[in-house]
Amino acid sequence: MDAKTYDMGKIDIAWCPGCGNFSILKILKDALSELDIAPSELVMVCGIGQGAKAPHYFKANVFNGLHGRSLPPATAIKAVNQSLVVIAEGGDGDMYGEGGNHFLHAIRRNPDITHIVHNNMIYGLTKGQASPTSLEGFKTPVQPGGVILEPFNPLAVAISLGASFVSRAYSDDFEETKEIIKKAIKHKGYALVDLLHPCVTYNKLNDRKWFKENTYYLDDNYDPTDRNEAFKKAMEDEKLPLGVFYINKEKKPFEEQLPAYKKNKKPLYEREVDFEKMKVLIESKKS
Amino acid sequence: MRKVLMGNHALSYGAKVSRAQVISAYPITPQTEVVELLSKMCASGELKAKFIKVESEHSAMAALIGASSVGVRTFTATSAQGLAHMHEMLHWAAGARTPVVMGNINRAFAPPWSVWTEQNDSLSQRDTGWMQIYAQNNQEVLDSVIQAYKVAESLDLPAMVILAAFVLSHTSETVEIPGQEKVDEFLPPYERKYKIDPDEPHAFGGLTDPDNYFELRYKIQKAMEEALEKWEEAGEEFESIFGRKYGLLETYKVSDAKSLIVSSSTIASTARNAVDRLREKGEKVGLLRIRVFRPFPAEKIRGILSSVGKAIVIDRNIGFGASGIFYQEIKAAMYNEEQKPPIFGVVTGLGGRDVSSKDIIEIYQDVIRREEPKSDIIWKGLKL
Repeated sequence: MDAKTYDMGKIDIAWCPGCGNFSILKILKDALSELDIAPSELVMVCGIGQGAKAPHYFKANVFNGLHGRSLPPATAIKAVNQSLVVIAEGGDGDMYGEGGNHFLHAIRRNPDITHIVHNNMIYGLTKGQASPTSLEGFKTPVQPGGVILEPFNPLAVAISLGASFVSRAYSDDFEETKEIIKKAIKHKGYALVDLLHPCVTYNKLNDRKWFKENTYYLDDNYDPTDRNEAFKKAMEDEKLPLGVFYINKEKKPFEEQLPAYKKNKKPLYEREVDFEKMKVLIESKKS
Repeated sequence: MRKVLMGNHALSYGAKVSRAQVISAYPITPQTEVVELLSKMCASGELKAKFIKVESEHSAMAALIGASSVGVRTFTATSAQGLAHMHEMLHWAAGARTPVVMGNINRAFAPPWSVWTEQNDSLSQRDTGWMQIYAQNNQEVLDSVIQAYKVAESLDLPAMVILAAFVLSHTSETVEIPGQEKVDEFLPPYERKYKIDPDEPHAFGGLTDPDNYFELRYKIQKAMEEALEKWEEAGEEFESIFGRKYGLLETYKVSDAKSLIVSSSTIASTARNAVDRLREKGEKVGLLRIRVFRPFPAEKIRGILSSVGKAIVIDRNIGFGASGIFYQEIKAAMYNEEQKPPIFGVVTGLGGRDVSSKDIIEIYQDVIRREEPKSDIIWKGLKL
């Protein structure tokens, strides 16, 4: 499928020139077209933030909800219609800050969705305050003395919770990132892509040069099924590894465990209500 | 000192001269500048306060309730979704009798997403037990923060100073920043009677049985009733020190008015201009601006409205399934009066749609031709 299928035509894109989000938008469109996923089969779920705007620029089904709250509706959308490809997309503040609790419980629940987090280590939409992933010492108008908290490590958290797919990518590396995203979408179960990217306007510390100098790819011999090794890699903070860190094949997707799908794989909306059966059930509760 | 300040920075300076000691906030458009400036003041030592950066508005309010329980002065600011996210904690702040003061920038709720002004965010917190002050300009924003601490701390009630998104939050005006000595004279340090104190331990917030709970709610109501007087006293004392006069309400050209426009916030300042223009055409019209909405100054409103011929309430909000919210409150306040005017309710400017002085003149001219209100809502500026 042509990647242009997802284009919205002539629209005003509200990102700064040079923003890493442009690359992510392009990479995601390429990845989806290579996987031959039609816009009608795709649901993009987002909250609030510069990253969460990405689905606005996509021809697909879009659900734009509350700040930090895209994972619960994404989980439910997939649960009622498993034939859809569901992507929850947003930034580090949205997903790891305001929505941090949903991140933990989505990993535990393991819905078959892809979780793409545009991680630029700053709040871009509100114009440059520290996010949960900002580095210690990073100065902003709200943290003029520098950030004093240790940055949130989404990969280590995800691996420690036994997440079914955990990866990290970088927006400027088109081919590598596209392959990681394709694997994440194809993966059966919850798949995290922590997607590093520069914020050219507000984050002058983690710029393109910084990302080039401070990242490297996991080598070909790396075994993503080794949880201890994955955790060690996730804890590395001098240079950030990129690639697929961890795949947990043991973990069953949420939808497969739902009683509604045990005997019948049909999406809920396609099923007729069996009033006779319901009547029997209600009667049985009366006695 | 005079400075050109946006409404957001007027909030920051209000908290600064009030010597807020703990500030906690989460960024949201259009509030961000409030906390950016406060954060800068904390870092430079200009303001001796602890700034706690949190992961959500719910946590921001929770942090302040904790700090206030220890007996320090607290401040935050938010808007719309942020205020809604705080909702559970707003009830807590009032129930725990923590006099937290916050700025709320009136912004419309999602969905669909909007960042423009509307009053449904603060008005949907009407029954949380927070005092609510609707400011009409940036000077009033700053002055109201100082007064809010005075009243809030005297009764252990939280208070919200409210301003219109962009119309005030991002509009710059000349604002007098009161001198610190004068503010200190007006606003003494906060002394909390029952606080978390290791030398005198108390337990707070425990399960309270039906034998005791009722009276605690009664006491909140009594404090709210007392607050009506406290706001007036604070206004008078404020005027004697700073020379600027504030009350629960503001009236404009009401003495000989046959009809009154009733509104709040920045629509009220636009209405003042409309009143002038209508007066030039010989119309006997005046303005009643509701400044303090909680506690609701019902008696004062009755005193002003009972003698006029018509009242036109303009709401930039809507209580779905009913009508404009100020309209509902004013109608309810007048119901038991023997002499009362017909009250017309206008809903306009939702989602930040502009409300000009021309619109208000048209509203007046439309209403003045009507004998009585045939429905609870007159829509103005609606495009169908």
